[in-house]
Amino acid sequence: MNKKIYLDHSATTGTRPEVLEEMLPIFTTNYGNPSSVHSFGRDAKKLVDQARIKVAKALGALPEEIYFTAGGSEADNWVLKGITYANKNKGNHIITTVIEHHAILHTCEQLEKEGYKVTYLPVDNYGMISIEDLKAAITDETILISIMYANNEIGTIQPIDEIGKIAKERKIYFHTDAVQAVGNIKIDVKAQNIDMLSLSAHKFYGPKGIGALYVKKGTKIFNLISGGGQERGKRAGTENVPGIVGLGKAIELAADNIDEYNAKLLTMRKKLIDGVMERIPYTRLNGHPEKRLSNNANFCFQYIEGESLLLNLDMKGIAGSSGSACTSGSLDPSHVLLSIGLPHEIAHGSLRLTLGQDNTEEDIDYVLEVLPEIVERLRNMSPLYEKVKGGK
Amino acid sequence: MYSDKVMDHFTSPRNVGQIDNADGVGEVGNAKCGDIMKIYLKIENDVIEDVKFKTFGCGAAIATSSIATEMIKGKTVDEALELTNKAVVDALDGLPPQKIHCSVLAEEAVKAAIEDYKNKHNK
Repeated sequence: MNKKIYLDHSATTGTRPEVLEEMLPIFTTNYGNPSSVHSFGRDAKKLVDQARIKVAKALGALPEEIYFTAGGSEADNWVLKGITYANKNKGNHIITTVIEHHAILHTCEQLEKEGYKVTYLPVDNYGMISIEDLKAAITDETILISIMYANNEIGTIQPIDEIGKIAKERKIYFHTDAVQAVGNIKIDVKAQNIDMLSLSAHKFYGPKGIGALYVKKGTKIFNLISGGGQERGKRAGTENVPGIVGLGKAIELAADNIDEYNAKLLTMRKKLIDGVMERIPYTRLNGHPEKRLSNNANFCFQYIEGESLLLNLDMKGIAGSSGSACTSGSLDPSHVLLSIGLPHEIAHGSLRLTLGQDNTEEDIDYVLEVLPEIVERLRNMSPLYEKVKGGK
Repeated sequence: MYSDKVMDHFTSPRNVGQIDNADGVGEVGNAKCGDIMKIYLKIENDVIEDVKFKTFGCGAAIATSSIATEMIKGKTVDEALELTNKAVVDALDGLPPQKIHCSVLAEEAVKAAIEDYKNKHNK
């Protein structure tokens, strides 16, 4: 089997050749430290500044509001710890959701141990929070609302504009983990009243190990990483210049092509979802039917388990992911799938396929040819399916 | 992650299926945890003449069920009762640490099926 189809773009993407091309000379030729006074340093500084402008432009922010980090997790950690520590005098309460990435959830758990109060908003069957729940959760002690833009597993997009409005009215800082959204959704932090936003380059065809945090001017936030005076004294450590340049190029390309990109992915996604739902019985689509990332399809196939499904797909050259316990490395299936009300046994049979720019209609045809056979084969081995068939 | 032996038993599982009017049936695990194994035995004169399995679970769960059925086929009931999870792991050239519980399930499934046989036949 020579065919190889990558359908795990929410895990990571390959770096675009145009991005890599801009990065490569920085390793060998323009390797200066942006803090240095000499020409090598000044050239590097210029590259960092240019990249910062590109990131700011893509988000509708000011360049001085962009801080480069080592990725999305660092940005998320920085916001939660930096805001709570710096605003202790105003309150000790954070509002977030049950379906956040672990970079948010585990950091919140740490803050709870330190005495902060955290409200985890529930979600409905589509993975959507309720604005009423958000309003009800706000107290005089609330200093931060952190709600992800779009979910990494099921693709559901939250009502960010409405959340932004409420946060502004109540004068509470609003952060969104937009790691899955940037490159897929048009964002304007000013119009949407977003005070802080985390992003990661490798999710939109940039390199790994580089991300950014947008922080609205005037926000009171402590540093996470202490040391030298890089990033205007807010984030220490010699700048990852090749990464920063790659991030700048990748976000520029993503923003320029966003409509075309989404149109292409939406067509493929519809074909994939419709095809799977039509061909495979006892299947459910997870996430919101419309308010979802253009690249995301997430299914649960009843009576089978996700890891054996992934292994079978991999043998046919198809790369996907699952929220089953066996793939998460814990005893429980994904917290996101449980939060949308799925029973454990159904959550174990999940499959996430996330599309990208290099996928084609033929790839989808191939998946639709191979997947039903694999599901049927596994079901025929399953004692759970035997009961269903026997009962009919 | 998995040995060639595990992948072999996962991709071409031996003895998949069910036996109508089986002399012993054992089902262990639960759907909540993501693993269920069901083993069917055909026994004549205390010898396991035929064995089939059905498993809901990960790659390791399927592979351990498959090799366990191979290991007990043709054995006497008492010999089959001596099957240990360690023997299953060794026969598969090892399992990742987080998958050892699958071998335990395989051992338990075999024992549950024999138990059922003994109960049914007043042994």
